[in-house]
Amino acid sequence: MFDTIQSGLIDRRKFLAFAAGSTALVAAAPAARAAKVKTSARIVILGAGAAGTALANRLVDRLDGARITLVDPRKQHLYQPGFTLIAAGLKPASYSVSDTGHWLPGGIDWIQEAAAEIDPEAKKVVTSGGRTLEYDYLVVAAGLSLDYGAIEGMSLDLIGTNGIGSVYAGPDYAAKTWQEMDRFTDKGGVALFTRPATEMKCAGAPLKYTFLTDDYAVRKGTRGKTKIVYAAHAKALFSVPIVNEKVRMLFGERGFDVVHDHVMTAIDSGRKIATFNTPDGPKEIGYDFTNVIPPMKAPDVVRNSPLPWTTGPWSDQGWVEVDRHSMRHVRYPEVFAVGDIAGVPKGKTAASVKWQVPVVEEQLVAQIEGKTSDARYDGYTSCPLITRVGRAMLIEFDYKDNLTPSFPGVIAPLEELWVSWLMKEIALKATYNAMLRGRA
Amino acid sequence: MKELTFGMLLAVFEEMFGPLLFWLMVAAAALITLAFVYVVIRDRSLESTRLVRAELLAPVGAIAAILFVQFITNSGFKDIGGPIDVIALILIGVAGAVGLTFLAYVAQAVLGGKAKRTG
Repeated sequence: MFDTIQSGLIDRRKFLAFAAGSTALVAAAPAARAAKVKTSARIVILGAGAAGTALANRLVDRLDGARITLVDPRKQHLYQPGFTLIAAGLKPASYSVSDTGHWLPGGIDWIQEAAAEIDPEAKKVVTSGGRTLEYDYLVVAAGLSLDYGAIEGMSLDLIGTNGIGSVYAGPDYAAKTWQEMDRFTDKGGVALFTRPATEMKCAGAPLKYTFLTDDYAVRKGTRGKTKIVYAAHAKALFSVPIVNEKVRMLFGERGFDVVHDHVMTAIDSGRKIATFNTPDGPKEIGYDFTNVIPPMKAPDVVRNSPLPWTTGPWSDQGWVEVDRHSMRHVRYPEVFAVGDIAGVPKGKTAASVKWQVPVVEEQLVAQIEGKTSDARYDGYTSCPLITRVGRAMLIEFDYKDNLTPSFPGVIAPLEELWVSWLMKEIALKATYNAMLRGRA
Repeated sequence: MKELTFGMLLAVFEEMFGPLLFWLMVAAAALITLAFVYVVIRDRSLESTRLVRAELLAPVGAIAAILFVQFITNSGFKDIGGPIDVIALILIGVAGAVGLTFLAYVAQAVLGGKAKRTG
């Protein structure tokens, strides 16, 4: 999930400067920022999650006179990279929760309503309270929806009962997932891990939780009575081939059973059986503990608008049809998408947000000035792939599936390291928070 | 954005420790540094007895720093996995050793008064 600044949010130059000490850092102090761009542009941002908040803070610093409106009913901001640590019993649920208003800049309007309708032809947004917001520029940062209803028999109230966990559902549900995993690893049995066939937040998270469950079973001495089954939705465990091979080897070393082309369609919590679609028809796998990961799709307000992809593999998921490098909508040039909702072929993570937001900022400000910008998002994302409590691999890659290590020659991306764990546990949240404030 | 800036680094440290604690730590470090410079100028030299006593505390500082990092994280010696982990552990130890040595020298110099020049 820096989870994913998740660490990867610190780049090589940062590290080298760290090592060089404070003198070098002072020397690296930036020149004073350019004067603000004067504009009366009306900018509407849909969503006050990581992407919307970070962008709002940066735009307030860049623009003078802009009318920025942020639309989001959520009073709580969730630090989603922390969910895995909560579900591993290492942090309380409160670790991931803060007030949305705490992070928002002064000088903007925060409308605490949901967006109900987006009309990019008329350049307006209608809120759930019936307000009409006309805009000159629209930034869609609406996140994504967890579609638990797409799994027959699954509902949120099952989480924390009968061996069912679900790390993604929120901090309280992550804590309930830990209770179930803790109970399970006390005695052993069959642990079943899956992932959906849709695009998803932090595709490394299902792998992390598999490793963590194994680690707890080993620590508690119940690994011998535990069978770990990973049901992959496709033929690979991870989309980046070289990482896939590493994970495959680690799964082999740890003794995990892997089945491929299995997509969960139903769960029977009473009988503790999950049903999967496979090329050979429906198959059932029994479990004593499972981490249910629902299919993920765009929120209805985006799905029901003209903004999503209408062709290709995502036409049923609703992600916004943007250029993968500029993050600008391909049909509505005054519309941008950033974060999970963006229809780009990599990384719905906080690390992606950190690298997308400045691109949108530059592109948008240039557009306001009547200029163009060469700012590009190259698909960078990162994942501190936890392989046990205390160790992780810092996986960073781009659109081309190239590994893009921030610390080449120093931190090996495919090596299980303590320093990668320290980044996840200590540096990630601080960097995330600094990003929210528009300062990193 | 893609470059390290001093402001970015400050922002991360402020978030990590909280602005109050972070700037108190910066102030404390600055005060100790100033005190060190003051006693060196006052005594016109580094005083060898104090320095040796201070250096005896270096291992304590090193071990304390290493244990502190492990205390505030969910990790331990068994998690050391590669060369960079060993280097990181050594750097943490060196930081603790140098820090405590520095502090001990200043404390002796300030509390013990001006050094007697024997030469």
